[in-house]
Amino acid sequence: MSTLLELEDVEARYGPVHALHGVSLAVEEGAIVAVLGPNGAGKTTTLRAISGTVRRSGRIRFAGRPLHRLGPDAVARLGVAHVPEGRGTFSELTVWENLRLGGYTRRGSIQPELERVFSYFPWLSERRRQDAGTLSGGEQQMLALARAFVHRPRLLLLDEPSLGLAPVLVAELFRIVRELNEDEGLTVLVVEQNAHLALQAAGAGYVLEAGRVALSGTSTELRADDSVRRSYLGY
Amino acid sequence: MAALESSPRPSLRRRGAALGGVVPPVSLLLVAGAAGLLVGCLRSEVFAQLTVQGLALGAVYGSLALALVLVYRATRVVNFAQGELAMATTYVAWQLIQWGLSYWEAFFATLAIAFVLGTVLEVALVRPVQQRSVIGAVIVTVGLFILIDGVVNWVWGGEFKYMPSPFGTKIYHVGGVSIARLYPGMLAVVLVSVVLVWALFRFTKLGLGMRAAAFRPAESALVGVRVDWMLAIGWGLAAVLGAVAGLMAEPSQFFLEPTLMQPILVYAFAAAVLGGLDSPAGAVVGGLTLMQPILVSAFAAAVLGGLDSPAGAVVGGLVIGVSLNLVVQYVPAISSELQAPFAFAVLVGVLLLKPTGLFGRRQVRRV
Repeated sequence: MSTLLELEDVEARYGPVHALHGVSLAVEEGAIVAVLGPNGAGKTTTLRAISGTVRRSGRIRFAGRPLHRLGPDAVARLGVAHVPEGRGTFSELTVWENLRLGGYTRRGSIQPELERVFSYFPWLSERRRQDAGTLSGGEQQMLALARAFVHRPRLLLLDEPSLGLAPVLVAELFRIVRELNEDEGLTVLVVEQNAHLALQAAGAGYVLEAGRVALSGTSTELRADDSVRRSYLGY
Repeated sequence: MAALESSPRPSLRRRGAALGGVVPPVSLLLVAGAAGLLVGCLRSEVFAQLTVQGLALGAVYGSLALALVLVYRATRVVNFAQGELAMATTYVAWQLIQWGLSYWEAFFATLAIAFVLGTVLEVALVRPVQQRSVIGAVIVTVGLFILIDGVVNWVWGGEFKYMPSPFGTKIYHVGGVSIARLYPGMLAVVLVSVVLVWALFRFTKLGLGMRAAAFRPAESALVGVRVDWMLAIGWGLAAVLGAVAGLMAEPSQFFLEPTLMQPILVYAFAAAVLGGLDSPAGAVVGGLTLMQPILVSAFAAAVLGGLDSPAGAVVGGLVIGVSLNLVVQYVPAISSELQAPFAFAVLVGVLLLKPTGLFGRRQVRRV
């Protein structure tokens, strides 16, 4: 397997505040990789640095191409779908229009993608005319994910997908992500507070602390690590 | 958890939401108004003539109002230069006709020029300032107003210019009513252009991208929308609508002068506010209120069906157009000099009583 995404010494800042102090990580094609860490460690910023929604420096390569000079729209067109934390839905637009926006970078018909998404989330099809703003928080989360699937990305960036979701929906969501990963080789980089879930789904992970990579390894290694167990798994 | 309110003016939105339940009554009001007009037209020839004229002028106000609404929705900037831009492009059309183009050749060439002009203004002047402050960008548009005025005076001089009417001088006689072909012609041209813009927004990928970029620029970029391009195209389209308004206003004034669009801009503002600045549909309805019942019910249907469409601005324009024309005739205290103050009074009244306008959209958000 080849490396799909590579970050080398990436720094990012919000105004005067340094959020990342040289993060390096690699994501193999077809892998699910988790990013763990306490609040404020720079997990979200790492995803934002990749998708270009924060000012960053350092080297980011995606499928052999440098990303660090590109804006978010250009990164999206290369096949990176970023589902931001909370609700990334367009609440003023209908469910259908949200899904169509997912296919914005694609030429030609998005019908096969839509059908696939409707097979995962049948209720989306029934409610396609509804304004996305009238969906519940969990439904909006699902819609954001469905929109990313219509995008058919090579790399999916998921930020706290479990946030505010009922446990049964979280399990469902991770099941779908794993299924897409196994069936279609979708590569996923997921930021998740729930380390149990994340390490179950992911093959490898990185632990960020204060804007740096503190620890990395396979899921099995991380699960066995004492500090990870104490800090994130709670036993 | 508190509601995540994305609106930059949450208090205004909430106030609107509290009043938002009146949407069906508004459409009833429109239908009732239309019925009243129809009765009036049948009973009085002068009334009928004024109504047709008012509709045509209202359509012009409506299309300029729609231009204001497009720019406002895309960039949160009220473009005070919108009317002057329309006036300048009308001069361009006049110049093209002087150089030997036919009216309709000049018409379409002007629309293309207007598009480029609107786009360039957004990219070169408005965007760099807006990144620092929105109010700064609004002040830039006031400056543009003066600049365009000066440039037009400098290039073409202040004296009246005459342009051939695109609709000839034919007069239709319907019953006892005489109607110059000009008025239905104006109405048709404006409404067709409005419908085309609406269809672009509603049914094309470009339109979807423009709406997404206007509502949520950050999320739009994440799905690959070129937000900067969309905003520039929005300004371009607004300039095109303004050019249509200017070109259609010109024959109704019978001559072209640099102040052509100044009163019209006031009416357009009134129409835009009446319809609801946030709702393109509202602005259209403002101008159209006194229209044939079929059209009004079509608009009422559009309102009920959800107003994420450019109809409001046009209706706003039509309401204003017809009511101005009729008020001047039938209310002795208001002479034609008081037309603009009357429109302004409507504007202030709407802002005070119902800030979301007739068609301001009710914001439904789940927590």
